[in-house]
Amino acid sequence: MSCDLMRTALHGYLDGELDAARSAEFEHHLEGCRECAKALETEESLRSLLQRSSLCESAPVGLRKKIRAELDAATSFPIKQRIPVWRWAVVAASILLVASISWYAWPRPGTARNPDAPPFTAAELIDAHIRSLQPGHLTDVASTDQHTVKPWFNGKLDFAPPVKDFADDGFSLIGGRLDVLGGQNVAVLVYARRKHFINVFVLPTKDPDTPIHPPGLRQGYQWLHWRHQGMEYCAVSDVSVSDLHELAQLIYQ
Amino acid sequence: MSGFLPGRGSDVLDVDERARFEQLVLPHLDAAFNLARWLLKSREDSEDVTQEAMLRAYRFFRGFHGGDARAWLLQIVRNTCYTWLEKNRPVELMTEFDEELHPQPSISPESLAIAGDNRERLGRALETLPPRFREVLVLRELEGCSYKEIAAITAIPIGTVMSALARARQRLQRTLTQPPVQEANREL
Repeated sequence: MSCDLMRTALHGYLDGELDAARSAEFEHHLEGCRECAKALETEESLRSLLQRSSLCESAPVGLRKKIRAELDAATSFPIKQRIPVWRWAVVAASILLVASISWYAWPRPGTARNPDAPPFTAAELIDAHIRSLQPGHLTDVASTDQHTVKPWFNGKLDFAPPVKDFADDGFSLIGGRLDVLGGQNVAVLVYARRKHFINVFVLPTKDPDTPIHPPGLRQGYQWLHWRHQGMEYCAVSDVSVSDLHELAQLIYQ
Repeated sequence: MSGFLPGRGSDVLDVDERARFEQLVLPHLDAAFNLARWLLKSREDSEDVTQEAMLRAYRFFRGFHGGDARAWLLQIVRNTCYTWLEKNRPVELMTEFDEELHPQPSISPESLAIAGDNRERLGRALETLPPRFREVLVLRELEGCSYKEIAAITAIPIGTVMSALARARQRLQRTLTQPPVQEANREL
């Protein structure tokens, strides 16, 4: 006969959905019930299979665009903007002007207008992130073992990126790859947070350490940038800023 | 209808609402697509249905008064998927959900790990589950939804989310560890 608790409480416990009292009660039960202890182990094994198997599928790149176009059709724009065509041209020109100013405001390598900014553009960063999410592009070396990922970079780069797994904190290392950012070869560490992927771009720098800068946002992706002990880091993902910040702090330590 | 401004179609939103939608709802596009993909088992169909669901969400957006935008969107995606399934693949929805929980044949964590250590096999096993089992697993394990969110999205009472997950997990384990021949028969 299977234990009754196996059907219910075990799952609430596994999912962290029991209140403190019931959770303690179940833990007490676990000590004496071998059946439940084993079933819990099996459920945990199933969970880790599901979470590590990258079953999550991201929306195709073109879908967001198609949807935005449909939303445009279902949006009423203010009437004053509708009238003369030349006004549209003025609006378009000023948007273009603002856009190009903000585009160039992100300093390119060498211009060093802002010494705290990374040596690549936000566009390059987000492009690299999106490219990595296409099938088969995420990792060159797929491993949850930091001792496999770290040596893999040997001989492929002229620096050794620090590699750490934070599975216990909810950020599992799932691999690494080489990428090019701002014309430079960089190491990328890939972490999984639930269904989301986080790319951490790492490259050497001679600039001094910085704190973790406030998050940047582009095309729905967030990034955090910082420098620490001769390395430049940029973590990019669609996870929440707080999750991204948590990982950044773990790496920073 | 009283909430709508005169002269404007009921499903047309203004630029401010559009900006709010972009900020609150659109970031959950991947989650929406993923749920559709696992409910419909096809990327192509999911693309169409996700697009339709997003547009629907946009039209209903005035009725969304804050709260969990992801759960709100996923609920619409799920309903759109079921409507699509009813129309295009009604047979798939005929499986009884309230199946008894069978006494568990003991599956060891090790044998499960071996059986499921392959994305394709795991994905196929998930796809053979009835949609109502599949969706709770996808929401919990892939999207990390809480029981409260799962209840809101799937319209099952919060008290039964736990047992629904228990049944779904048991079915998935059975499917994974049973011999492939039986697996093929199940699909017939």
